[in-house]
Amino acid sequence: MEETTLNNNIHVKLTEKFGEKVTAVSEPYGLLTFVTYKDVIINVLSHLKEELKFNFLTDITAVHYPGKDHGIAVVYHLHNMVEKVRVRIKVFISEQNPTIPTATSVWKGANWMERETYDLFGVKFEGHPDLRRILNMDDLGVHPMLKQYPLEDPNRVDKKDEFFGR
Amino acid sequence: MNHNHPVFTDNDPQSELVTLNLGPTHPATHGVFQNVLQLDGERIVSGVSTIGYIHRAFEKIAEHRPFYQITPLTDRLNYCSSPINNMGWHMTVEKLLNIQMPKRVDYLRVIIMELSRIADHIICNTIIGQDTGATTTFLYLFQFREHIYEIFEEVCGARLTTNIGRIGGFERDFNEIAFTKINKFLKEFPVALKEFENLLTRNRIFIDRTAGVAEVTKEAALEYSWTGPLLRATGIDYDVRVSDPYSSYQDFDFEVPVGTSGDIYDRYLVRNEEMWQSLRIIEQALVKLKTEPKGIFHADVPEFYLPPKQEVYNNMEALIYHFKIVMGEIDAPKAEVYHAVEGGNGELGFYLINDGGRTPYRLHFRRPSFINYQMFAPMSEGMLLSDAIINMSSMNIIAGELDA
Repeated sequence: MEETTLNNNIHVKLTEKFGEKVTAVSEPYGLLTFVTYKDVIINVLSHLKEELKFNFLTDITAVHYPGKDHGIAVVYHLHNMVEKVRVRIKVFISEQNPTIPTATSVWKGANWMERETYDLFGVKFEGHPDLRRILNMDDLGVHPMLKQYPLEDPNRVDKKDEFFGR
Repeated sequence: MNHNHPVFTDNDPQSELVTLNLGPTHPATHGVFQNVLQLDGERIVSGVSTIGYIHRAFEKIAEHRPFYQITPLTDRLNYCSSPINNMGWHMTVEKLLNIQMPKRVDYLRVIIMELSRIADHIICNTIIGQDTGATTTFLYLFQFREHIYEIFEEVCGARLTTNIGRIGGFERDFNEIAFTKINKFLKEFPVALKEFENLLTRNRIFIDRTAGVAEVTKEAALEYSWTGPLLRATGIDYDVRVSDPYSSYQDFDFEVPVGTSGDIYDRYLVRNEEMWQSLRIIEQALVKLKTEPKGIFHADVPEFYLPPKQEVYNNMEALIYHFKIVMGEIDAPKAEVYHAVEGGNGELGFYLINDGGRTPYRLHFRRPSFINYQMFAPMSEGMLLSDAIINMSSMNIIAGELDA
């Protein structure tokens, strides 16, 4: 897919600064998406915020891809309100040791988004000021959005997901 | 037993501070929120918010439902303006499927979404009035939410959790009664809204209670990812309808009101002005509808649009499509898409990852109430308790959207 000029500029600027650390650049539905690594994620976010005017953190969430080396993707959506352009940044981290530096040093608003991600996926945001569960109770014991936890009661015989192709 | 909420009851008899559990079911908080506040007299020294009392795991449920079954889940996010959520979700899927919507459907959607925005703002602004002691304003304007719900009822059969429309359009065309009711609303509501403004906007008591209370700077609002009327009250003209138009909002002429100081009074004014702008949009949409071909209420995409039941029973193709849609067998591209709409409280985003299965691989809701509310406890510090209460009303935190 042809990149729009605006996205291409961002892509070029990021590659100049971070080189190999910015990979897998794509543009699904016009939204510039790239993958980076957890050792540079905070630098990437601050660079986007300070230099490329992505002043707004839209969202932080995660996706679980079980069975892969780096099975949890932490996904950031940023927004440049002046030029009206968004980017999506993904960082793949290991399922066994899901740690990533916190973005609260860049945006204070990242606090609850990261707590939610921790609650649902167990991603530990290092340096987060108050990393507690937010939606579920403290003694839940599991991080329910991980794919190994079924939606329905596993003891039910009439509601097996495979009957519905799920 | 380990409780989620911090229990701060201070056992120190010498302590000057009082611990107050505001909520979870306090009548002044309009929803299930808990805030454990440390009070020095009437001033709040510190606060800790606890949320999640009505967490229903929608994101998990959504991973196990075909696309069309997710619409009722979105109803229960911001239940004061369900149609915006429903249509936001439909538009996300339509974006994924690259469906081009006919203009008439876009305009019909705009009418419904703007009516929902008015309903949402009616609730918030009248509640601010109520919490500052002006029950009259609440009673005057609140009946118009009822009239809006009657319009929804006419269009889709439901009132609060509307489940309005389908992926690809509406399930049926608007009938004549619906248009009559919309026109009646457009005639009667401005009168009542003017009356409402006369009662509050220059009211000395109301201004004393709200102006200069809970001021928020632009920088702080952006730092905390605020969107919607709260962000606009601080002076930033960010509105998804303008910056990232969807459903043909670019065809409409309307203004984005902004405030200056971000205090409660500004939020009230911004919401009021947005209601006037919504009325303008609806009027324009009704005019535009006249030039559109009649009777089109969905896109011509039989493979994605749930067919009417009578066709399913009598028509082979409709039966096949019905079966495929209901079983989640539609050919959706394997892709990820983020789509945002301007909800009643701000940017309502849907981040959808489709892997070609019957259900979304992952669906995340960017819920404005959730993100706006995290500033409540930090900004309450140093505030009077009674001001914190109206601050919460003016943030229009909807528990369903907060907890998802």
